[in-house]
Amino acid sequence: MPPTLKHPNYPNSPITLFKTKHQASWKSKLSSLAALAALIVIPALLQSTPQAYLIRSAGLVGLYVLLALGLNFTLGYAGLFDLGYIAFYAIGAYTAAKLAILGWSFPVVVAASIAAALIVRLWVGVAILRLRGDYLAIVTMGFGEITRLVLNNWDSFTNGPKGLPRVGETIMPIRIFGFSLISNLHYYYLILIFIVAAVIISKRLENSRLGRAWVAIREDEMAAQLTGIPVANLKLAAFMISAVFAAVAGSLFAYWERFVTPESFVFWESILIVAMIVTGGMGSVHGVILGAILLGGAPQILQIALGGSEWINYRYFFFGLVLVLTVLFRPQGLFPEKRRHATLKING
Amino acid sequence: MSPIVQPATRNGAPGASGAANSASGRNPQLLMFLEQLFNALVLGSIYSLIALGYTLVYGILMMINFAHSEVLMAGAFVGLGVSILITPHLSGWLAMALILLASMAGAGFLGFIIERLAYRPLRRAARLAPLISAIGVSIMITNAVFLWVSKTTLPFPKLMNDRVMRLGFFEASSLQILIFCTAIILLTCLEWLVRRTMIGKAIRACADDLGAASLMGINTDRMIAITFVIGGMLAGAAGVLNGMYYGSIKYNLGFLPGVKAFAAAVLGGIGNITGAVLGGFILGFLEVMAAGYLPNGNQWKDVFAFMVLIGVLLLRPSGILGERIAEKV
Repeated sequence: MPPTLKHPNYPNSPITLFKTKHQASWKSKLSSLAALAALIVIPALLQSTPQAYLIRSAGLVGLYVLLALGLNFTLGYAGLFDLGYIAFYAIGAYTAAKLAILGWSFPVVVAASIAAALIVRLWVGVAILRLRGDYLAIVTMGFGEITRLVLNNWDSFTNGPKGLPRVGETIMPIRIFGFSLISNLHYYYLILIFIVAAVIISKRLENSRLGRAWVAIREDEMAAQLTGIPVANLKLAAFMISAVFAAVAGSLFAYWERFVTPESFVFWESILIVAMIVTGGMGSVHGVILGAILLGGAPQILQIALGGSEWINYRYFFFGLVLVLTVLFRPQGLFPEKRRHATLKING
Repeated sequence: MSPIVQPATRNGAPGASGAANSASGRNPQLLMFLEQLFNALVLGSIYSLIALGYTLVYGILMMINFAHSEVLMAGAFVGLGVSILITPHLSGWLAMALILLASMAGAGFLGFIIERLAYRPLRRAARLAPLISAIGVSIMITNAVFLWVSKTTLPFPKLMNDRVMRLGFFEASSLQILIFCTAIILLTCLEWLVRRTMIGKAIRACADDLGAASLMGINTDRMIAITFVIGGMLAGAAGVLNGMYYGSIKYNLGFLPGVKAFAAAVLGGIGNITGAVLGGFILGFLEVMAAGYLPNGNQWKDVFAFMVLIGVLLLRPSGILGERIAEKV
């Protein structure tokens, strides 16, 4: 019989310290599939109605979901406070735009923008990951601002504030097996495919040895180090995986908009993604997705909820208010990570 | 923090063009450098005032007060409102003092309210929770001003006659001298408050160890509230000085000085009062010198400032004056 821990007050109840294996019940699997089916069918039905503009909004929210799932590795699992994440979205988008103008094909462009983001992220990560807490936050923030300012000022390469492509150049639409992606619906589905992949990757990693090591680092770095976890390497790994997600989202953005400017990559966006993760529930995939949908879709949601009344002008004010109230009433996030529950749960 | 970022142009700033062609017969390059140095001191003194608000709060609560930049902005608007009310009746030093006091009172009160409603309930929550409520508060204040006060840039009165004054062998505008002196007086007051009074002693005790301070009979909640009021007052004064310096204010004006002052606080060693002042002056110096001497300096000055910030933090991970915190085992 394996040794079990005894709780001092409940000596007869074994304590579950960690729920190590992820066991999705058939119910939760079924509901995930139902949700996915709805996400596939509903936009197709909306396509020919006056509400078709919602497809575009949903796609943009989808990009936020990708970004939030990406930053979740750094902030949610490994607990590294990154305030410059949007820089890697920008690097992905600009690399994609540059190469797409040259006429490279979609898979190659995505691979190249991932590579560009990874190289920069590695370079930044090796330099700064030994900083702690808020010092890491300010340095990543500084890096994010530097990236934006360079994109804004380096006219010969990025065309400055006017953005890419320049007059006379175009970003060709994505062609897959002879089929061109042109409408918002096409991009919505493409983004959805990437989100499904991102969720699967997140879930698999979360419950892997790597994911458990990240959480250990987040909870107590020194204890993690003492148990033999290679803290520096794993922090870097979390940092790098985040960059992959950002680069993919960035290149999707560049192809879809067929236009990139530095204005899309301001500090405010980095803050918003951090807010999505914390409001949703740090380290919880469901929570992060919910947070991204709520905060990313907030302007649209409030538009619909307040539409017609004069309150519509106050929607950003209400957005701030809702953010404050949410965190006051649920400081641990809307969907806190399961692992946190498990730490003190007593069986029996 | 606001969704729309105002580009920082120093075009309207007094002294930016300088009076470098002074006919005093001395080395014009040295003269220009001295004038730039004085510009740097003026800008640095404004950054220092703002940075102190970040550092005081961080010293006690280990929390980045992201709404601080909005307190700064609100202070500037209170100052403008009061100046519109009193200019027909008063002018000169008295008006200036009244406006400064009113905006300090308004901003201090706002700091107090924010702490009470948005941060105090989260005292025992996870570390990032107050950050999110700070962001929410920040959005609310920006939009409240946007919706109910003004959507556009408003001119900010200079309050005093702006004329060129000769200081020894170089010239500076009286407005700059006024801004600099006001900031120095406020910094001295803060120094006195923190080092020489019982309240200051209690605040330092809280910053040292909140739990122990509470056990010694210090009302820590009250001390935290006082800290927010002090930080807010300094930000309010900085808002007015910033408004006078650039000559205009807007609902999103807090963002850039806020970010830079926060960087200054970290540069000096966050939680350290002297460090915040030092960081503010260093950042002002870097910015002015980069704008003055680098090619295309005005475009690249922020890049330069942030790069130096990152460089300093890589060499000294806890800031220039920050203590190396021993890791608790």
